[in-house]
Amino acid sequence: MATTVTTSPLTKSGFGSDLKSSANRYRIGMWVACASILMMFTALSSAYIVRAASSTDWTPLQMPRILLVSSGLILLSSITMEAARRKWQDATQRPGVLLLATIVFGLGFLVCQIFAWRQLARQGIFVASNPHSSFFYVFTATHGIHLLGGLLALSYLTLRRRSVPNNQGALARSKARADAVALYWHFMDFLWIYLFVLLFFVR
Amino acid sequence: MSAETHEAVHRHEPPKSFIRKYIFSLDHKVIGIQYIILALAAVLVGMTMSVLMRLRLSWPGTSWSILGTLFPTGAPGGIMNPDFYLSLVTMHGTIMVFFVLTTAPQGGFGNYFLPIQIGAEDMAFPVLNMMSFWVTLVGFLVILLAILVEGNATVAHALGDVLGISSAGATVGPIGGWTGYAPLSAVGNTAGPGQGAGMNLWIISIAIFCVGSLLGALNFITTLLNMRTKGMTLMRMPLTCWAWFTTAVLALLSFPVLLGGGILLLLDRTVGTSFFIPGGLVFGSGVLKNHTGGSPILWQHLFWFFGHPEVYIAILPGMGATSHILSTFARKPIFGYRAMVFAIFAIGLLGFFVWGHHMFISGMSPYSAMTFSILTLSIGVPSAVKTFNWLGTLWGSRIRFTPPMLFAIGFVSLFVAGGITGLVLGQTSLDLPMHDTYFVPAHFHLVMGVASIFGMFAATYFWFPKMFGRMMNDKLGKLHFWITFVGVYCIFVPMHTMGMVGMPRRYAEFTQYEYLKSIHPLVVFVSIAALITVVAQILFYFNLVWSIFKGKKASENPWEATTLEWNTASPPPHDNFAGVIPTVQHGPYEFAVPGAPRDYIMQSEPEGAGG
Repeated sequence: MATTVTTSPLTKSGFGSDLKSSANRYRIGMWVACASILMMFTALSSAYIVRAASSTDWTPLQMPRILLVSSGLILLSSITMEAARRKWQDATQRPGVLLLATIVFGLGFLVCQIFAWRQLARQGIFVASNPHSSFFYVFTATHGIHLLGGLLALSYLTLRRRSVPNNQGALARSKARADAVALYWHFMDFLWIYLFVLLFFVR
Repeated sequence: MSAETHEAVHRHEPPKSFIRKYIFSLDHKVIGIQYIILALAAVLVGMTMSVLMRLRLSWPGTSWSILGTLFPTGAPGGIMNPDFYLSLVTMHGTIMVFFVLTTAPQGGFGNYFLPIQIGAEDMAFPVLNMMSFWVTLVGFLVILLAILVEGNATVAHALGDVLGISSAGATVGPIGGWTGYAPLSAVGNTAGPGQGAGMNLWIISIAIFCVGSLLGALNFITTLLNMRTKGMTLMRMPLTCWAWFTTAVLALLSFPVLLGGGILLLLDRTVGTSFFIPGGLVFGSGVLKNHTGGSPILWQHLFWFFGHPEVYIAILPGMGATSHILSTFARKPIFGYRAMVFAIFAIGLLGFFVWGHHMFISGMSPYSAMTFSILTLSIGVPSAVKTFNWLGTLWGSRIRFTPPMLFAIGFVSLFVAGGITGLVLGQTSLDLPMHDTYFVPAHFHLVMGVASIFGMFAATYFWFPKMFGRMMNDKLGKLHFWITFVGVYCIFVPMHTMGMVGMPRRYAEFTQYEYLKSIHPLVVFVSIAALITVVAQILFYFNLVWSIFKGKKASENPWEATTLEWNTASPPPHDNFAGVIPTVQHGPYEFAVPGAPRDYIMQSEPEGAGG
């Protein structure tokens, strides 16, 4: 080294030695990822609005009733997710059951979505039937795929045991990961409610 | 749990096996070099295509037997069909914009130097970083597949049997341009050769590329926000880091829009939806059935909402590198650091509100056009701030004319020369007659194409010693600069004239137009200039490869620069700083500080060192 640098082993990794702020990368990364996903749905929504406004072939779908059930399920799952997240942050509590409940509600949501598709298909309404149905299938499928990613993350969280409190770095990281997964899950919830309102309550 | 501790303790051990070290590497430096190699390969494909186009344009009747052999259907008798030419236009644009101008500046140099410059040991998410490169590479392979499937009937047949896709084998890909305008891009083979299998592969490739870029952008933003070393405040970051950060934000917000549009376009083609296809379209064989009410203009909006930020994604890293290099070799602090930061952000922000200027002739309301026009021209303000600050940095300095400095000055020159015609095209009334003439390619090639490439040349010559521990050859570098610099002006300045006499873009041949006869010598001149410039790039490739093995050994800080990457060995060890992360006490451009023992103070020097 040509120049003097701080060589104390305590500051060995600069800001990185501050365990909390280093673990923050998971939270920041998830916020950033959500911004990007939001942008894609914004683009699709603007296509939806433009297509709806500029055409004469738009036939609005009857809302499949089961979507009310799926909306209820995903709202419930957000509640269990938040409860699980809080337990995860407190090292003395066990979040396992709540995480499992969230997964079950999430799977239930996806099953309901598939039932909605089948219901429409029985009425002879497919992707290409009319522009509203095209957007319905695009929105639900794209959201569903993203939700599936959330389910994978949740399973990872459930299967991975929490770190023991005496390893501060691992603990901070594990807390941050749980926060990130929870954020993603709430975002998926918010996104579905938004799409639901856009598809069936905005005329 | 034990895995956690293991990870924490041994994270910075360099990997042992060849595959983990050089192929599926998690090291941002290796990944950066992988991106650069990808760009160096892609640019050869794109450049070859431009040479073929120039040959067709300037010597329309001449038969090139090798073309006839390789592409018997697309170039029968060695003379390429207009369709074949159009597919060259499309693929040249696609490959250059996505796989060269988006990969090398950001994925390549950004990946390599952003973590080092902010004093981090790696990116925030090394696995995501590795994935972003490999996903991008798959995107490139898919675009090559489009060329193969469409290029040669024999290959197409063989590949088609494997992949279950058929094509005519008369082009090297889709013929609709890199913008993939609907409805031609949406209706399949009916729209012409290359619009079938080739177009599907094109969309899939771009979608894959979007995913790769998003992973990269996510990583860049998180790394910069979370992993700066002690003392590296935002306003002490090198301007390169600001540029990479802004670029990442642009990519993060614009690529999802292209991805969304791409999904809709693919659905229009494969399952028969009508997002972009209007009813009653008439093609040669009759009226297109089963589609109603779609809006082709909607595709243009989605595409250009991505497309305009994309041009800044290409050039902002070049601006960052130029600022950095100008200051270093002028031995002066960058003029107006704070203004430079705000100007980068202003350009990035405004870039999201000007996409309509690509669509002035789409029939939009004159009021919208005026709004887009005013916003477009207002980008001139931060651009001028940057230009004047670059000139202010150079003013009255004793410049060290090294190859990186020459290319950085070349960047400023090209940015001004290409940017000034943006003021012409940004005005609705002037754009209407200029649209789809050679004036447009002249403009964007200078400003987003060549200027960005000059930024990358400057970056390569500047950082090569750090990356490989050896210097690039100085004389070859200067020769490369002068031929390229004069060459690109000889190529693109005459194109403005062609545009002004009304020569349309994308045509394979002009022989039948009486009013363009007189300009043909200029077309030939441009082609000769292009051939010379392309051949001169051999100097660069040679210099690059030769210097890796035979170049003069580089010291830790051969340019006497100030930022953190010059604090560590050349090339840097696996964890960048051999376990001792420097802390930062100074701004990034402290040159010629009064009273200091040397004419520069490194960012990591202790507070008192400035004297």
